[in-house]
Amino acid sequence: MNKKTHSKPLPKPFWLLAEITYRCPLHCAFCYNPTDFVNYTHNELSTEAWIKVLRDARQMGALQLGISGGEPLLRDDIEEIVAEAGSLGYYSNLITSGVGLTEKRIAEFKRGGLDHIQLSMHDISKEINNFITDTNTFELKKKVATMIKDYDFPMVLNVVIHRYNIEHIGEILEMAEQIGANYVELANTQYYGWSLLNRAQLMPTREQLIKAEAVTNKFRERIGSKMKIYFVVPDYYADRPKKCMNGWGEVFMIVTADGTVLPCHSARVLPNMTFPNVQEHGLEWAWNESPAFNKYRGDDWMKEPCRSCPDKEKDLGGCRCQALMLAGDAELADPVCELSPAHGVILQAIEDAKNPQLAAQPILFRNDKNSRKIIDGELKHLTDEFHALP
Amino acid sequence: MSDKIKSDAVFGLARHFRLQWEDAQQNYVLLFPEGMVKLNGGAGEVIKRLDGKKTVADVVAELQAAFPGVPELEADVLSMLDLALGKDWIEQKNSL
Repeated sequence: MNKKTHSKPLPKPFWLLAEITYRCPLHCAFCYNPTDFVNYTHNELSTEAWIKVLRDARQMGALQLGISGGEPLLRDDIEEIVAEAGSLGYYSNLITSGVGLTEKRIAEFKRGGLDHIQLSMHDISKEINNFITDTNTFELKKKVATMIKDYDFPMVLNVVIHRYNIEHIGEILEMAEQIGANYVELANTQYYGWSLLNRAQLMPTREQLIKAEAVTNKFRERIGSKMKIYFVVPDYYADRPKKCMNGWGEVFMIVTADGTVLPCHSARVLPNMTFPNVQEHGLEWAWNESPAFNKYRGDDWMKEPCRSCPDKEKDLGGCRCQALMLAGDAELADPVCELSPAHGVILQAIEDAKNPQLAAQPILFRNDKNSRKIIDGELKHLTDEFHALP
Repeated sequence: MSDKIKSDAVFGLARHFRLQWEDAQQNYVLLFPEGMVKLNGGAGEVIKRLDGKKTVADVVAELQAAFPGVPELEADVLSMLDLALGKDWIEQKNSL
């Protein structure tokens, strides 16, 4: 598209995220997966197709590999995929809920050259873990953490933060220390997919966030370099919009369960875009040539106030999906930016977070039944609030 | 020698880190959970020699032999090690 206006050479996809299945035994309220995920659970790529994706991406320069989902352990061929990644020289990461991880499988992953396992944890309390994931998985996660340690994988804990666990951050960090985590990501919920539909129920107040950050910093001082802690500030409370994905088609490439190639996790929500699929096109074409990957490279696409903004290179106008979902046009400034004419929607959401009645509305859990309802238009009252949800 | 980096110290990569030559990029990369660092030529030459057995003095001597006539080589190596240590890319393997 506007490729010829690029003076610098095309970037390389250093990070590949393979979302190998959207099937998942958990039903987390904050899941960023597409709300119409049941459309992609019956047409998953074959083992051979995944192996080709891994080989092609590696040739294009990909180095870091995330194997994710859904729950990647639901695929029977995960051992084969891991071993291929190992032999190709990826630094590979299995991103898992832990459900389906057995002694036999983890030993196979070690042999196959898997580099690390990122385990999701939800809370110190069984009640909240089981509530927010809509499953009974609390004890299992502790067992899996021990297994990860026993097999000498670096332990990366990922804890998605929301109003149900944000006040337990101190205890969550202590639990992480006890089980010997090397890295902890305190990932404040970002509002995409299912979490956007549950935003009022999940979003913490500013006071809660400030307190959580202070507790985290205090813990960091004590623990030092023994455990690395990432505290991901949620967009809505950030001072400036994020440089989403470090730029569209700059570093990240995602291949989804059905073979669709995306520049970010939620790009499917963007209307009038045709994303390439590895069953029709080569990965190299998808990354280098496809209109979708070139659409928002660079800054030619920008409108005001981004176009003349002195910070435009710093944040590239924020997130295209968020601009679409909250301001109705992917090419506008991300409403998180205070210079966006639509910034009021963010201020309103922050105001709403103080309203316990809104927070107490029932949660829409991520499951097949609800996904079908969304596809059939039965939840229009919910989806209409945000643009272009499938 | 610098205050922090002693000549008889022995360094190796931090646990769970991997150093890898990337043909596509023509440089070494350091890979670790949630991150990677592209090492320039000089940094790659230093870090690839940290095998958990050689002392800093051995590494400096090896580099001086490999790159004769490079001025300030020792100081460059020490500041590179200092930086890598500060970022937790490497760790000391012996106690002094």
